[in-house]
Amino acid sequence: MEISFRDLITVLHGMGFGALFMLAFSGAIGVIYATAVVGAEIPVPRRANRMFRFYLISMATVAWLAVLSGAYIIYPWYRAAVPPGVTDLGGYPRSLLLSSPFTAGWHDLGMEWKEHIAWFTPIAMTMVAYVFMKYGPQLALHKHLRNAVLGFTAVAFFATAVAGGFGAFLNKYAPVRGGDEIVLYEQH
Amino acid sequence: MQITNGPGAAAILAAGIGSGTLGVLALAADASPPISHALAFWPPSGDLSGVTTVAIAVWLVAWAGLSRRWATRDVDLVRVNIAAFVLLLIGLLLTFPPFMDLLQGK
Repeated sequence: MEISFRDLITVLHGMGFGALFMLAFSGAIGVIYATAVVGAEIPVPRRANRMFRFYLISMATVAWLAVLSGAYIIYPWYRAAVPPGVTDLGGYPRSLLLSSPFTAGWHDLGMEWKEHIAWFTPIAMTMVAYVFMKYGPQLALHKHLRNAVLGFTAVAFFATAVAGGFGAFLNKYAPVRGGDEIVLYEQH
Repeated sequence: MQITNGPGAAAILAAGIGSGTLGVLALAADASPPISHALAFWPPSGDLSGVTTVAIAVWLVAWAGLSRRWATRDVDLVRVNIAAFVLLLIGLLLTFPPFMDLLQGK
């Protein structure tokens, strides 16, 4: 059982960072709600508050890792120019998609949207983590701060869902492949 | 002691400014080949490298400036939130390819 190096990095980008962020999203809403809404009446223990901070900082970190690995490692592989004389577009996902009117939309809409919208997530989550660290349980006293934090968190979720969803489809129609083959499991 | 809302408001408005800038730059790079070329800071990633680098720089500079200005102040958070979400919406719309194409008459 083998996987190419580029496949492995793409999996790390999509499943390791992107999917992990999506999974953590409901927890983030819970953390903010528990501290800023319920925390006003039932104070959150200091230790739990520290854990909540760590949780949101981790989410922001994962969001940065997702966009940086996407833009600076995978995207160059995706958009690599086809050398003259090459007719097999298997190793050139962007060109492969654009070569047919039936798949061009996956690039024109999917990748063009994904490559930009994903960046709203780390910006939003860095802000959310900062505000949470700065105010902690005091967020309960600042209703408008809390609303903005929840709003930006929801937009971060939407942005990640769009980027992740299109990423999965793009990788179905024109997978980013190549590099050394890595053996994951050998059958004897 | 209650912390003033200024530092939080600065972070929220700066996030809106960064998001709006991202949208404006994405549209500019899509509409103008010279701008796209100028924003190709790292050629393998094309103009995406410049669009995002400049947007992040604008976001961080705005955050630092607003934080200094509002460090110990209470500000009108309703107005700050409206401005931040309008900028965020602008950013989201300008990065949506069909809306980009509509603005360019494609």
